[in-house]
Amino acid sequence: MARIIAGVGSSHVPAIGAALDNGKTEEPYWKRVFSGFEKSQEWMRETKPDVAIIVYNDHASAFSVDLIPTFALGCAAEFPPADEGWGPRPVPVVKGHPALASHIAQSVILDEFDLTICNKMEVDHGMTVPMNLLFGKVDKNGHWPCPVVPLAVNVVMYPPPTGHRCYMLGRAIKKAVESYPDDLRVVIFGTGGLSHQISGPRAGLINSKWDKNFLDNLSKDPQKLVKIPHIDYMREAGAEGIEMVMWLIMRGALDDKVDEVYRFYTVPASNTAVGHIILENRAKASGKRKPSAGKLKRAAARIKVERVRS
Amino acid sequence: MAREQQDYDDIPGTFVFDAERSREGYGINMFCMSLMKDENRRAFKANEAEYLKRFKLTPEQTEAVLKRDYNRMLELGGNIYFTAKLGATDGHSFQHLAAVMTGSTQQDYADMMLKGGRSVEGNRSRTGKNKPAKFVSGGVAKKLVAKPKAKPKAKSKSAKRK
Repeated sequence: MARIIAGVGSSHVPAIGAALDNGKTEEPYWKRVFSGFEKSQEWMRETKPDVAIIVYNDHASAFSVDLIPTFALGCAAEFPPADEGWGPRPVPVVKGHPALASHIAQSVILDEFDLTICNKMEVDHGMTVPMNLLFGKVDKNGHWPCPVVPLAVNVVMYPPPTGHRCYMLGRAIKKAVESYPDDLRVVIFGTGGLSHQISGPRAGLINSKWDKNFLDNLSKDPQKLVKIPHIDYMREAGAEGIEMVMWLIMRGALDDKVDEVYRFYTVPASNTAVGHIILENRAKASGKRKPSAGKLKRAAARIKVERVRS
Repeated sequence: MAREQQDYDDIPGTFVFDAERSREGYGINMFCMSLMKDENRRAFKANEAEYLKRFKLTPEQTEAVLKRDYNRMLELGGNIYFTAKLGATDGHSFQHLAAVMTGSTQQDYADMMLKGGRSVEGNRSRTGKNKPAKFVSGGVAKKLVAKPKAKPKAKSKSAKRK
């Protein structure tokens, strides 16, 4: 049986990708951002998921305004990086997991989530930036460490799906994964956010208090988040901050009780508050990991979090 | 037909790209999308007004594009992820566009971001709704919280109340 073992939340700011691609990671401005993900990359190397489900949004790359699917699941064998106007990012083609993806599609559609199926799709920074932050820099001719099932969510045209709908889709994805016959250890990513507005005279809005509340509740009491109306996201966390609903798909796919093993928050990266969290399900998949290692890491992560907060 | 009033029109300095703007702005956004190709960027740069005739823009939209009035483009249905491609075609960074939209210099805008960004205080509402959302000021009221597991029960409760 396949299992979702952990969830990762991460911003997907395009400038982070540009900083990585243009060798700026050692500049103090960017080092502040990238150093927050060192621990996460270590966690990812040890966790070694078999598959990652990545919830993200497209930014006028694969989808223009010709087609605006609310939920689009990538069932292809591979997803090439999109040319976002400066040539495709120098990252490897993302390999899919068509068998798991089509299993998820079948299961969640019968659970009344009417997904769009994409058998051909390019992926932009919305997906590849969080992959870099968690998997590290990977040479264009190399390989990402695991295959990916992409789930693109419309958060560009209002209204995006509600937070509650996203959370319930996460639930349906969890059920779908758990009914997949192969033993796969799956990590699910929710990406985007946190607070930011990049359009209009109010651009530059950041609301750290909102962001902290969001992260706290994501970890401990996600039911508080699922009923936040869109107007509150837009008013408080910026017109584009509404991307945060995608994190609720990730959270819905986890168990009710999770361990927060790591958190990082910094302002700004370009125009955006960078938020990151790692949540582990308590009952982990069999084998591969020693429980004691998990405890040690949690302790280490807590120390790191304190440092970040102070 | 005049634009239908929406609750989010109350947010200052913000043009929410909704279904209505998406319909009105189809031409602007598809024009911007065309700038992903180098040959199109060249054709646009060679004769902007002529190139824009390939897309069904209103005279107001055409004027906003030619004048690089980014806020007006958003108001007339442009979306920021699309209009940013026009900025890139002009060789501008995104932060430059953000500064232009906010009416500040790029340096001032960058400094504001480094200091933690634009505060939400005083920037929530055009009509004085400046109280923080319930979620930030102390959590969402209990009765509003959905409990997916207990759905049938919740339903029967609300039925009783009616």
